[in-house]
Amino acid sequence: MRVMVFVKATEDSEAGVMPTTELFEAMGRFNEELIKAGVLLSGDGLKPSSQGKRVAFDGPSRTVIDGPFAETRELVAGYWVWEVKDIAEAVEWVKRCPNPMFGPSEIEIRPFYEMADFGDVVTPEIAEQFDRLREKTPAR
Amino acid sequence: MTATDTHRTIEAIFRIERARLIARLVRMVRDVGLAEELAQDAFLTALSEWPRTGVPANPGAWLTATAKRRAIDLLRRDRMLARKHAEIGRDLSEEDDAGIAAIEAAMDDDVGDELLGLIFTACHPILSPDARVALTLRLIGGLTTDEIARAYLTSEATIAQRIVRAKKTLGKAGLSFEVPRGRERQERLSSVLEAVYLIFNEGYAATSGANLTRPALCAEAQRLGRILAGLAPDEPEVFGLLSLMEIQASRLAARIGPDGMPIPLTEQNRARWDRLLIRRGLSALERAEALGGADGPYALQAALAACHARANRVEATDWRRIAGLYDALRRVMPSPVVDLNRAVAHCMAFGPDAGLALLEELERNDDLRNYALLPAARGDFLLRAGCSAEAKLQFERAAALSRNEQERAFLLGRAKACSV
Repeated sequence: MRVMVFVKATEDSEAGVMPTTELFEAMGRFNEELIKAGVLLSGDGLKPSSQGKRVAFDGPSRTVIDGPFAETRELVAGYWVWEVKDIAEAVEWVKRCPNPMFGPSEIEIRPFYEMADFGDVVTPEIAEQFDRLREKTPAR
Repeated sequence: MTATDTHRTIEAIFRIERARLIARLVRMVRDVGLAEELAQDAFLTALSEWPRTGVPANPGAWLTATAKRRAIDLLRRDRMLARKHAEIGRDLSEEDDAGIAAIEAAMDDDVGDELLGLIFTACHPILSPDARVALTLRLIGGLTTDEIARAYLTSEATIAQRIVRAKKTLGKAGLSFEVPRGRERQERLSSVLEAVYLIFNEGYAATSGANLTRPALCAEAQRLGRILAGLAPDEPEVFGLLSLMEIQASRLAARIGPDGMPIPLTEQNRARWDRLLIRRGLSALERAEALGGADGPYALQAALAACHARANRVEATDWRRIAGLYDALRRVMPSPVVDLNRAVAHCMAFGPDAGLALLEELERNDDLRNYALLPAARGDFLLRAGCSAEAKLQFERAAALSRNEQERAFLLGRAKACSV
């Protein structure tokens, strides 16, 4: 199964504080382990929310909100996409990750939806329309 | 944490640690079968102790230490047995210490290299391809014999016996279990890549969605390919094979219709292709080419797959590039199938006459006299050239040669469509 693993933001990451050399190295070793285990599919770090935007929806209205956003602990500072057998394996890998932040921090694991999970919510027509849209998305 | 949770945790830990643990133990005890038993023992010990004591902070180190202790016990016992009738009571500690020091040294070596060594051992050319596949799935993939048997639609006894025999063969051969170097490395590497691609194709060839074990073989082969790429980052053909598998797997969801029938590449809904896998496949191909391996058989096949992956619509397919890649592929991997595909590519790129000219060369080959796909291709090219009466005859000839019911029906359908 495919999971997305979120590194949650902290005050430091939101302030744009760079990790230490030691942490970079430890994270490099962890990524290396993920690669050698055939688990890592992709991943990247994200800039602080001060450089992000939000668009709020309410009926037909669209309101653009500039970052930074207040609820620091709910923000995402980085992510991986992993291929694992089950979520227990993902949990074990996360436990091996060095603490990505200076203070207390959290990492969240979320399995991907697969088409089969949608059941009756997605009619063949909706699936078809969704497919047509994706057809226009280049591979890279 | 409930008992089931702990159990699941232990299984997950074991799945992560198992192959590396076995790899370390093989180095130490020089016996694949014994190494696997020691690893299994350590796992069973963890299953009985961890629910009580809690999972240790470094479970990998714990498992290694436990297996190592057991190995040293066995070593001591064997020595004792060997000397039962000799001077009993003589101080064995000195010699023991030397043996144990060797074990310690073996256990401390670079883990990555050991795992690669184990993969090379499981895929040793002295084993038959079937045996290599079974042993690799067992030792590296961690599949049970039952899981392997179900994936290969055979009995558990057959697989179990195959694995036992393979271990015996390896034992008798007195191997070094090291990663081979120099010229031997290339030869051994192709044996590894062949086994991995066999696993992938076994899963990919399965057309029925009912048996979920078989597509799982694709996932397992991809994981093996990714592991190899992590352990041997300078081998272009490793990346060629990885690219080929990632791109082919990107089509898994699109290649079977709701009726369970396979959908040909040109008719697949390309929106269903897995973009992440395509991206990974294309970057692995880039890596293979950057390492100077653009002309490797796997890299060329990956480059062909990439041509289709890059085209969002069938009409956007770069047939000229495909034709050129088949020209190159037939030089490094000559086969009638490659030649036939090459003729199709030339027909699509340069018109029916170019395709027909290449078919003529193939038709002179006596071995292909009864090969249904040859007249089928000729019929298709003739139809494109506007010669529908001649095309009809070729489709009928192809149908008469075909031994597959579905294929025959398809060819007769094409023949019938010509008469309009």
